[in-house]
Amino acid sequence: MSNTTIFSAKKIITMNSSRPEASHVAVRDGLILGAGSLEELATWGEYTLDARFVDKVLMPGFVEGHAHTMEGSLWTKVYCGWFDRADPNGKLWTGAKSVDAVIERLQEAETVLEDPTAPLSGWQLDPIYMDNTTVTRADLDRVSTTRAVGVLHASGHIMNVNTKALELAGMLKPGLNHPGIPLGADGFPTGELKGPEVMTPVGPFVGYERSMLDADEAGLRNFAKLCVRTGTTTITDLASRMDEKTVDMMLRVTGEPNYPVRLMPFRFFMGLSAKELIAAVLALKERTTDRLRMGQIKIIVDGSIQGFSARLRWPGYHNDAPNGLWYIAPEHLSELLHLALEAGLQVHTHTNGDQATQLVLEKLAPALQKHPNPNHRFTLQHCQLADSAQFRTAAKLGMCVNLFANHHFYWGDEHYALTVGPDRATRMNACRTALDSGVPMAIHSDAPVTPLGPLFTAWAAVNRITASGRVQGEEERIQVHEALWAITMGAAYTLHLDGEIGSIETGKKADFAVLDADPTVCDPILLKDIGVWGTVQGGRIFPASNL
Amino acid sequence: MNQEIPVIVIGGYLGAGKTTLVNHLLRNADGCRIAILVNEFGDLPIDSDLIEAQDDEMIAISGGCICCSFGSDMTSALIKLSSHNPVPNYVVIEASGVAMPGAVADNISFLEGFSLAGVVVLADSECIQAQAVDEYLGDTILRQLSGADLIVQTKIDLISPQMVSNVCSWLTSVNPKAQIVATAQGKLPPEVILGVEMVAGQPQSSGHADAGYDSTVFTEIAPCDPDCLAKELATGGLGIIRSKGFVTDYAGQKWLIQIVGERYDVTPMVSSEQDGMVCIGRKGALDLGAIGVIFAG
Repeated sequence: MSNTTIFSAKKIITMNSSRPEASHVAVRDGLILGAGSLEELATWGEYTLDARFVDKVLMPGFVEGHAHTMEGSLWTKVYCGWFDRADPNGKLWTGAKSVDAVIERLQEAETVLEDPTAPLSGWQLDPIYMDNTTVTRADLDRVSTTRAVGVLHASGHIMNVNTKALELAGMLKPGLNHPGIPLGADGFPTGELKGPEVMTPVGPFVGYERSMLDADEAGLRNFAKLCVRTGTTTITDLASRMDEKTVDMMLRVTGEPNYPVRLMPFRFFMGLSAKELIAAVLALKERTTDRLRMGQIKIIVDGSIQGFSARLRWPGYHNDAPNGLWYIAPEHLSELLHLALEAGLQVHTHTNGDQATQLVLEKLAPALQKHPNPNHRFTLQHCQLADSAQFRTAAKLGMCVNLFANHHFYWGDEHYALTVGPDRATRMNACRTALDSGVPMAIHSDAPVTPLGPLFTAWAAVNRITASGRVQGEEERIQVHEALWAITMGAAYTLHLDGEIGSIETGKKADFAVLDADPTVCDPILLKDIGVWGTVQGGRIFPASNL
Repeated sequence: MNQEIPVIVIGGYLGAGKTTLVNHLLRNADGCRIAILVNEFGDLPIDSDLIEAQDDEMIAISGGCICCSFGSDMTSALIKLSSHNPVPNYVVIEASGVAMPGAVADNISFLEGFSLAGVVVLADSECIQAQAVDEYLGDTILRQLSGADLIVQTKIDLISPQMVSNVCSWLTSVNPKAQIVATAQGKLPPEVILGVEMVAGQPQSSGHADAGYDSTVFTEIAPCDPDCLAKELATGGLGIIRSKGFVTDYAGQKWLIQIVGERYDVTPMVSSEQDGMVCIGRKGALDLGAIGVIFAG
């Protein structure tokens, strides 16, 4: 019996520059034996021909270099977002376009809850698109006055709750004095809670109990389904606290025979001293498997631009908001970079603002002189406001960037009008400049902040269209083939996985995205609309229709 | 009695002396159960000779004190502490070097069972002015200082008396509302940092207050408007660093007054305690005459 399968396809886009296209790919033991013509591949001996993809276009399985497993966990709650979004089971939820529509959706979900004390939770509310309408507890009281109701905003940093939730948390009282707790005319909280510290006491009563940084089992399974539906075969969880129980669970779930994704969780830097963190991550690295790649560190340097907590250089925020917050002291950052280089561990740093990016560049340079490693591939994540000099320095230092292409569509208009102003909004997520500067580049969704979907992310980088339909920063658009590289080889490179995945060539994992159409010949404006049949991962076949 | 646990937030940049101060508090806890909250246990937050036992989340310290790490979730750690047995007498949050202690303090305000007893920000006498103009850190340092009720000017043994005084003036210009105390090795009377101890419901003039600090008890207090009285004591330039005690209003209602720097807090109490307030200030800096006049109505 043959242990080689040869798949025929309408077209195979290999991302292997020696042989960019093929009609067939041979798979043995979960690995790619070769890509080429049937005649060429038949020289390997006995094979089984599988023609199920004869009408499909195969690409290397997509690699998402910046996402969070939380995306999977959130789908157990009610989707309240403005944009249409597909859930793990393939159901398309239409966007809720008004507060009334959100309430109606929650009411509907409420009627099917059997336990009268169970909380009801929603997610992805984004009042920016509703003229910044404030949702109040009176609004959510229309859903229920007897059970706690809480809706998390798209930013993840604000939550609206109803009266019952405030009551259960002991916060239904007048005179609270906190910038994150707006009060109504009656002196009582309006039910809007801004900031994680304010949300935490109410969280357990509205179904947001566990730390949102830790994967849970149901969430991990949902997350995998979303990956299959979007053609993604390798994905990061950026970041995770990775306590013992969570790691055991992740090892067990990803080790199941039908788990369809390679997951790469990065250990969140907070909560351990620098030396302890390095020791903990080295220990995790020892436990790594093919489908659970551990041993990387994520550092958060600053906050978010739309939350005005990112660190900006002069002239700062366009609306004169004070500069943002550091989430790590420069000395601590420097110590971690030194220790990680010494230990051979990879670090990805979250920097949204250009000052945060500058700090990382300045701290990495001396650390590299002390511990030279030309192949470190430390990656600037988001790096949304970097200027061309910073990209050149990043390239010289051997850094990679993973730019937030999706952000441009969802919040580009907001950045133009409010946060950083027209000039810098135009150069945000400057993919063209990054590539021209020679920085290895990936692009990402940051799911659940925006929906997972590498083809959408490629579309966003190629077209740079904002939610209002404007092209913002046409000079920073990139070509389709460059965007397709970014969501395959580009992302694989930032994860030190480019020798294993990211292209369809001999010796690599048999990871494919199975597409209904050819992204290299379609109108670039239609990239995001290309249907995804499913994936092949490690030679295992996962049709989206059968999850 | 007020059942809320007083919470003191200690902030300031790396190297300002937070750990030294915390260890000094623990050494002089004198039977008080202090719970220290830190981001992480790295780099020896507690002197090893004070540690009785340690696991991943908690260090037990001789004399009934504890130290807990909270990672990135301070609120949950506080909620957990409120059910700790025995309940701590004080909670001291050692904020991270880049945290805004004022914002940390805001987060105490809505938590059941806790009350803010002051924001203490440490400033390294040698470095603070250079830090304040640092390209990356300057605005963070200034925001930290301006959120303080009490600024502790540390490491004064490393610079000349003239420089100590210059730095003190500069700190005053940054935050005119804060009281400023100076120290070497963090050796301050605990009640300056933690607030006045209450023994059997009465404020105590502390035996600690010998290292350059006066602690005076006033018992002749006329019926008053407690809010006005507290404001006058806190903002009247009377040299009061901390004050605490009971007063009675014109209707006979008892009130607890607590003051740190210009921050004051008045709480109605059901109590049969005698009126009396203790005031702490630097030696010779308390304006006892003026304070007496205020208490006399």
